[in-house]
Amino acid sequence: MAKKKEPIWIARELSRCSGCRKCEIACSLAHENRVWPEASRVRVFMLVPGLEFPHLCAQCEDYPCVKACPFKALSISNETAAVLVNAKACTACGKCINACPGRIPHLHPSKNKIVICDLCKGDPQCVKVCHEGGYNVLTKVPRRDISCKLYARRPEEVTRDLAAKFYGERGEEFI
Amino acid sequence: MILGYAGKLLEVDLSTEKTKQVRLKDYVLKDYVGGRGLAAKILWDRLGRKWEKTDPLGPENILLFLTGPLTGFFPGGRICVSGKSPQSNGVVGSTVGGEFGIELRCAGYDGIIVTGKAKKPVYLFIKDSDAEIRDASHVWGKDAKQTMTLLTRECRELLKKRFPLYGEWKEPAMLYIGPAGENKVRTAVVAAKWTHAAGYGGYGAVMGSKNLKAVVVKGTGPLPKVADLEKVEKLTQEVCENAYENELWRRWGTGSGGYEVGAKTSSEPVRNWQEEWHDERSYGVDKFEDRVWVKQYWCDFGCPTSCLKVSVIRTGKFKGAITDNPDYELQAYLGPNLGLFTPEENVYMASVIDDLGLCGIQTGNVLGFAAELFQRKILTKKDLDGIALKWGNAEAFAKLARKIAFREGVGDLLAEGTYRAALKIGKMKNMDLLPYAVQSKGISIGAHGIRSGKDYPEIIAYACSVQGGDHTSTAGLPLDGGGSELMEIFNDSGVYCNFNSFGLRRNLKFEFYEAVTGLALTRKEWCRKKAVKTLQLQRAMLLLGGPDLKWNPKIHDDNPPRFYEPLPSGPYKGKTVGKADVQDEVKKYYKAAGWDENGIPTTGTLRKLGLQDVDKALERIRS
Repeated sequence: MAKKKEPIWIARELSRCSGCRKCEIACSLAHENRVWPEASRVRVFMLVPGLEFPHLCAQCEDYPCVKACPFKALSISNETAAVLVNAKACTACGKCINACPGRIPHLHPSKNKIVICDLCKGDPQCVKVCHEGGYNVLTKVPRRDISCKLYARRPEEVTRDLAAKFYGERGEEFI
Repeated sequence: MILGYAGKLLEVDLSTEKTKQVRLKDYVLKDYVGGRGLAAKILWDRLGRKWEKTDPLGPENILLFLTGPLTGFFPGGRICVSGKSPQSNGVVGSTVGGEFGIELRCAGYDGIIVTGKAKKPVYLFIKDSDAEIRDASHVWGKDAKQTMTLLTRECRELLKKRFPLYGEWKEPAMLYIGPAGENKVRTAVVAAKWTHAAGYGGYGAVMGSKNLKAVVVKGTGPLPKVADLEKVEKLTQEVCENAYENELWRRWGTGSGGYEVGAKTSSEPVRNWQEEWHDERSYGVDKFEDRVWVKQYWCDFGCPTSCLKVSVIRTGKFKGAITDNPDYELQAYLGPNLGLFTPEENVYMASVIDDLGLCGIQTGNVLGFAAELFQRKILTKKDLDGIALKWGNAEAFAKLARKIAFREGVGDLLAEGTYRAALKIGKMKNMDLLPYAVQSKGISIGAHGIRSGKDYPEIIAYACSVQGGDHTSTAGLPLDGGGSELMEIFNDSGVYCNFNSFGLRRNLKFEFYEAVTGLALTRKEWCRKKAVKTLQLQRAMLLLGGPDLKWNPKIHDDNPPRFYEPLPSGPYKGKTVGKADVQDEVKKYYKAAGWDENGIPTTGTLRKLGLQDVDKALERIRS
């Protein structure tokens, strides 16, 4: 009998992001069989040049998005702890976006459904390409007692933090 | 329809404020591919008959933003900007890195044609198939960083308002001009991402002449369907693995050049090319890495190389300066070429140049030209509006750069670029100043000298290029060889970053093209039947020239006079190129390219390529 998979998490070190966006390419190829940045479950934001970072589901401990869904379209994977979207039940109402502290989910650009990282059934493709490049912004780790929710942050908040780190006093003027 | 393309362009007439879609014909795409090739074809078809009379800075010029079939697929996304060049009066396929080309293709377009002139400052906002012309008066006059900050914020808010349920909008991609473009400075760039620039050609001035501050695009679709996705993925992997293996190239990018191209190959511009050698340890890549690079790996869409680095000055009098590496070209031109030999001064200069929207190469060239005239007491402090333009004075050079961007005082003369400034100042001083102008056909020569023979080995690299001094498009023989301009036409027409193709097997690019488009293409076919058409069109338009300047191949298919002076210092002291050797090589090049003894494409050459209309037009200069 196959061993039950241990839930995983994607640890992230955002300041190492090069902005290569290979995570978007890999994710959209895996899920859509196209190179399609806007349909990617992980999206690289660049609100300020030099401050690129991947924005993807953090699998909060309390899953506010799952709770907020009026149509029970979202569920939690037993295997990986990812949020799974039932496309048939999803009405693209956007309630999960508002429930997410990082406003991470977004609508699929052509289908009437939300897109959320599904951790590629335990083998995240974004992690793979990020490590091939040696950037290691995204790293697969066992999901143990991690404060996942800290990483559900809005793009502006992440940008502010990175701006402070890289651009110091001038950081704020670019946001 | 050919795979790998959207198959259409967006055409915007800024005079009438009308937009429409233009279908691309398969036979045009098969021959000219995209980017630079397609630009040459479109410009010839639309402006060829009145080329000499077309003012590059008049509303009659056409501004193009073109992708290619490989954009977004071949690692390292770029976009090609073109039009009639206010520098050469010909056509330059000027590419710039970033996500603009990807967003544009995801919006359903292969490119944009901009015609006419807006009544007041505007920017173009494209969301998928919708395009609107919006007021830009609030960003007119703003520098690069302010422009990007304001327009990123504004366009994200627009998207949020129009599509409230979508979720958070990623920033759209943007091309913009700084004050230099607005003031139609001939060395103004079309810029992206604060530090990226399409510099050769001077298309920032063309944008400014059309009152077009920026083009912003958000595309939500996928990249076009390709013929063989599995093959595309496999080849992409091969390109990436090749790049990942090159540790120091990734770690340093071209940032090791600022020292090495001077110290080792002795081909770096030093004090306006009076020397090409320096051995300043203060300018080593270790200094850049340890002192100013805060992000060591920075890149554009799909790139495995990350040759860019983010630089910030944290202490001292240049505190707060932000730019990229700078890359080798800007290290050289805004460093040793101005007598500057520290990372801090170089980063400061590059950030000033970025913010103003100037070309670091060509503005560095004109600043060096002015400084040599000051050194030789041809230009006085009074001539320079009170600036003592001494080698090594970064603040003086920055001050003059601002004057150039705003065309203030002496800046108005230098804003014409090195060649035109040499003619104008020469007239004022009643002197021949061309010996100090290091350029070819109005385009400053990139930071790779030919005298030592250890860097760019072709002695006609710049003399015979259809893009003048452009170091990314140099001429060489044999015409179908690796050092030929025809291969560079492939990069600029497929529109991707050539830096990711170093060290790859020769045919990979063509296999990539076939996997995307489904069209078989051999290197031989490319050189003999396709790229050569682009070359002839570019040559024809370059020679037709006008309205302010025309090139005479007998005079202008040559190196700048400085390259005939022996190198005065360094390991290759005394080396130079021989005038007779160059003339011989030029003749050989004419023959290989199918040009007559005057450098004009022959009737036979053009007819064989189906370019009868070009042949007819060239009658105007054949006499």
